[in-house]
Amino acid sequence: MSSGQRARFRRKQAILRRVVVTVVMIFFLVPLYAMFDYTTRDLASGGRSMRTWKTLLDFGKVSEQYPDLRTGFIASVLLAVLTVAIMLVLLVPTMTWVRLRLPGLSRIVEFICLLPLTVPAIVLVVGLTPIYAWVTYLLGGATVWLCFAYVILVLPYAYRALDAGLRAIDVRTLSEAARSLGASWLTVMWRIVLPNLRTAVLSASFLAVALTLGEFTIANLFSRTNLQVAMYLLGKSDAQISVAVGLLALVFAFVVLFAMSFVGSGRAGTSAFARLRHHRKETA
Amino acid sequence: MTEPTTTGRRAEQGVAVRLTDLRRTYAGVNALDAFSLDLAPGEFVALLGPSGCGKTTALRCLAGLEDPDSGTVTVGGRDVTGIPTSKRDMGMVFQAYSLFPHMTARQNVEFGLQLRRQPAERRRRRAEEMIELVGLSPHIDKYAHQMSGGQQQRVALARALAIEPQVLLLDEPLSALDAKVRVQLRDEIRRIQLDVGTTTLFVTHDQEEALAVADRVGVMRSGHLQQIAPPQELYSAPVNDFVADFVGVTNRLRGAVSDGSAQVLGGAVALLPGSATSGEVVVLVRPEHVTVQPAPDGGGNAAVVSASFLGAHGRVIAAADTGDQVTVQVAASAVGGFPPGTRVVLTPTGEPALAVSAD
Repeated sequence: MSSGQRARFRRKQAILRRVVVTVVMIFFLVPLYAMFDYTTRDLASGGRSMRTWKTLLDFGKVSEQYPDLRTGFIASVLLAVLTVAIMLVLLVPTMTWVRLRLPGLSRIVEFICLLPLTVPAIVLVVGLTPIYAWVTYLLGGATVWLCFAYVILVLPYAYRALDAGLRAIDVRTLSEAARSLGASWLTVMWRIVLPNLRTAVLSASFLAVALTLGEFTIANLFSRTNLQVAMYLLGKSDAQISVAVGLLALVFAFVVLFAMSFVGSGRAGTSAFARLRHHRKETA
Repeated sequence: MTEPTTTGRRAEQGVAVRLTDLRRTYAGVNALDAFSLDLAPGEFVALLGPSGCGKTTALRCLAGLEDPDSGTVTVGGRDVTGIPTSKRDMGMVFQAYSLFPHMTARQNVEFGLQLRRQPAERRRRRAEEMIELVGLSPHIDKYAHQMSGGQQQRVALARALAIEPQVLLLDEPLSALDAKVRVQLRDEIRRIQLDVGTTTLFVTHDQEEALAVADRVGVMRSGHLQQIAPPQELYSAPVNDFVADFVGVTNRLRGAVSDGSAQVLGGAVALLPGSATSGEVVVLVRPEHVTVQPAPDGGGNAAVVSASFLGAHGRVIAAADTGDQVTVQVAASAVGGFPPGTRVVLTPTGEPALAVSAD
């Protein structure tokens, strides 16, 4: 291929990339715009009004006018934090240990972690009902205790993300090197494994947060109020506020994803920021 | 080849290591079978053998990364069997690149010192010293992915030595490197080991590497130590045909033993201790212990099959009239004098060789 042909090929590829990105952006942004459009309509006069957004951005007013939304929001945030914490504490050491010391068990662990994918939420609820009778008896009926059920729900996604991270590094050699230098297993996990799994841990956490914030079925069937249940209830009385909250939740998810792609890096010195700095230096 | 010397200074710095009667089984296969090995203080011992012979298992048992089924590991007179790796005070360099990817070379070297709660200033100084020792001062703030494989292994060596370990363990640290870097780094490892005097166990499947750097080389097979000796002795006086075959190139020549020597290729070869003492034998003769001359009248006792130029020397392969194929080392300039088909006279130089029963 001559240099002219290569240049034409590269131009075509660049155009194709832009077209694909534009189509994807439209696919995602049009529904968001439609939601925003709906929330800014003045349904009485037919004009435009920011009343919904002004109300929503005033947390005191939201608490006063929509107490369920406030309760649901706080519960969902707590649920997300607890679910991520339990999931990481449960999965990261287990998967690392299985990879290092019990490779024969990896298939079984994978099967167990992926199992929730095959179980419909309604079946899960039926199975969990007697267990939650005990949870309620021992810990009370607060919504945050749904975190145990949510950990099961996020297992398949978190497992995949962490597994990809563990495959990308030679955990065995790194941990043996650290052990030979005098590190305890705790030090190995904290100072060697976790920093090298940063991207995988962030991905798993993000997926867990997204799933937790978007979960409706289990909370509703257990008669607990999380953000989605509150939005559903609110939708019956004030659809505009409900849609505005939905839009905020989506934008929040995008922001988290965007932040993750910049902050999360495969290895030190190769984060998006570092690449950007490097690129600027190169082009300067 | 480095002389097998253990200086007084090294002996002062190193510690004695003793592996006694180690056994380790994996799924019914003996990786180590009554394996015993002694390392003198400051000594550099290489374990050599084919894949699966148990050499890495032996090293991992010493490191504490594997628990032997039975047997004991003693370091500096202290029984460390059952003590976790992190408390054994051993530096280790692995076959796979093992630098912590999220740390710079300096941070990698300082890691072990941090765990020993050394003051920041001392850690910094020590890291700089060690990085300088392996010749990588300009790369001290680089991450693993910014360094070549050879540089990464040098940093790994610096990291292992920074903690001033009682024993240095090298698990095929050169096998992932290209040929030129391997030679450079192996010589560097030996220089540094002589400098710091740490007792060292080096595992490799590359005989040249083992012979080049070690005070003593142990050849392993199926979990057993076949022979351990200084490189020259191992090469010139192998105890069995496996060692003779594994270390260097060996001709297997059929002959007969009489009066304490073997008759092969029309000449007499003195026998090494442990050789078969009578009857039909196979004599293991090194290529440099056979001479080759063109037969002027078309007679001779062999015909040239091929001749190759190998740089420093040449190699002639000839088919002897006895049916044996014989490899002979010749001067590089002589290779052209042996076109294929040439009749030649092969004569053993008479250097002692091992004879094993032909049965």
